[in-house]
Amino acid sequence: MTSIKAFATGVAFLGRRLAQALLVMLAVLVIAFAVRSSLGDSLREIVGEAVPEAEREQLRHELGLDARWPVQLARYIGGALHGDLGTSTIYKRPTLQVVLAKFPASFELVLGASLLVLLLSVPAGIYCAVRPRALGARLILGLSVLGISIPVFLTGIFLITIFSVWLGWLPAFGRGETVRVGYWETGLLTLSGLRHLILPALTLSSIMLPLFIRLVRGAMLDELGHDYVRTARAKGAAPLRVWLGHALRNALLPLVAVGGLQVGTLVAYTLLTETVYQWPGMGFLFLEAVTRADIPLITTYLVFVGLLFVITNTLVDVLSLMLDPRISLEGTR
Amino acid sequence: MSEAASRTARGGALRAFIAERPGAALAALLFGLIAIAALLAPLIALTNPFDLASLDVLDAELPPRWVQGSDPRFLLGTDAQGRDLLSAILYGTRISLIVGVLAVAIQAAIGVSLGLLAGYFGGRLDSVVSRAADIQLSLSTLMMAIIALALFRAGLGGESLSRYAVPLLVVVIGFAEWPYFARTARAATQVEAAKDYVRAARALGASDAGIVGRHILPNILSPLIVVATTQIAGAIMAEAALSFLGLGMPVTKPSLGTLIRSGYDLMFAGAWWITVIPGLVLIGLLVSVNVLGDALRDALDPRLGPD
Repeated sequence: MTSIKAFATGVAFLGRRLAQALLVMLAVLVIAFAVRSSLGDSLREIVGEAVPEAEREQLRHELGLDARWPVQLARYIGGALHGDLGTSTIYKRPTLQVVLAKFPASFELVLGASLLVLLLSVPAGIYCAVRPRALGARLILGLSVLGISIPVFLTGIFLITIFSVWLGWLPAFGRGETVRVGYWETGLLTLSGLRHLILPALTLSSIMLPLFIRLVRGAMLDELGHDYVRTARAKGAAPLRVWLGHALRNALLPLVAVGGLQVGTLVAYTLLTETVYQWPGMGFLFLEAVTRADIPLITTYLVFVGLLFVITNTLVDVLSLMLDPRISLEGTR
Repeated sequence: MSEAASRTARGGALRAFIAERPGAALAALLFGLIAIAALLAPLIALTNPFDLASLDVLDAELPPRWVQGSDPRFLLGTDAQGRDLLSAILYGTRISLIVGVLAVAIQAAIGVSLGLLAGYFGGRLDSVVSRAADIQLSLSTLMMAIIALALFRAGLGGESLSRYAVPLLVVVIGFAEWPYFARTARAATQVEAAKDYVRAARALGASDAGIVGRHILPNILSPLIVVATTQIAGAIMAEAALSFLGLGMPVTKPSLGTLIRSGYDLMFAGAWWITVIPGLVLIGLLVSVNVLGDALRDALDPRLGPD
């Protein structure tokens, strides 16, 4: 009985959250449309510069480009629902195709960086929380102030200087050899691809690392002060078990919540990292589109980033619901 | 005599500060040096790096004095345009500091006013301001700034972007981060508004505007100063990042970020100094401001001690 009620509450929450997500996406599309119609010339995108003015008028009418803006907006949103966001003036291909072709590069860069952040910040954060007075903990926190203060592009430049220019150990530019797996062009399956990934991933992780170390440390310190930790210790549980099995599990919730909210920042830092390493991802593409005023490509990138943002935020909310024992217990008691 | 006594007392306080927080003292010294050198750039710099007529392409990419092949006229070498790098760095730091401080002034003006109103009046106004702050923060300020300047550049061209770069950067970075000030001001105002002196002032017939402006605002300044310090570091970093992406200061009027970018293209040809030296100055500036911010927070906010 009660579990059905809990289930219903969960479904209602999910429904409300999805409705919100759709509303935000609609707003993003309206903004993208406004940018397109005020900055771009749809006709030029299709026929180029060479067509004479009289013929242009004719074409404009035939293509429905002289329709009033509500009609055009409806058409734009209708097209977007079918995956049609316009044609790139640089590449002369559908913009969504162009952006999607660059997505694997950015995704693998972010994946590599996230793995590094996860593998380094959790142990470092726990260590700083359980041994706050140790020299190592002070060193880690001190270095994290330094890490916050170094802009991500300078980290990249210095890493390239050391590991590519001076030592010659690692490549400085591009993705290296890639392999096609279906639609996905991956650099994770070749040695050259992996070697090319090391420095960019390290650079991107360096800017998130200090924040996450502090987050893990803060969340752990909070949890360690609770009675259940003392009870577990009093019952004779090993310290490591208490830290990892009890405290870390509960510390994960704020981590997911705050970490998920960093998507926008992560996109911005990915853009900077891709610029430094000439990494052929979406951010690099976006800057090329900006330099050459490819309005359809720019707006498509914006819509894509908006979608990414909405998906992660919705996922974070759902995950928080699943991770927080208090929310699920409420219905069953 | 009393003057001498106060001088020794002041000297004592300074010595105590240095002994207690050597890191913060060092940061203060470093920041002071960089800031003074940057603000006095027109007096100190040997050449005016913005005066394109005085540049000579034959002087381009000369290394610093201590590297072979240098020219004694240029202590830190020259950049790709033949600018004296030291002068360019002094002027560039000046731009970075000016943009940073002005942007934070806008943030503070918006954020503190909204925070004071939300904290003092509460109710619906409070929930609207808090919600707006949440939304604004979730949008990532750097990404918003990148998008705004990218659209400006794509729509009106790189030419107009370089002409209006300073006001644009100030406004874009200024509008992006007001929520930090708003949140701090709101929380502090709520605490102060419940105190007896505010109630006393109200009983004496003081107006809401008078209470907020004359009584509450002066009492919530210390947490706001702490926020301002961190925010200045953030604004300087944002300006550098935007300029590095080619969305900020133009090559003709380089900030530190622009210098790093223009030098980066030449780094693999061996001209490392154009990137590395401005990069070190930028890091020095950011580290010193951040360390100062931490020290200020510890000193002004007893609740947030160093653990």
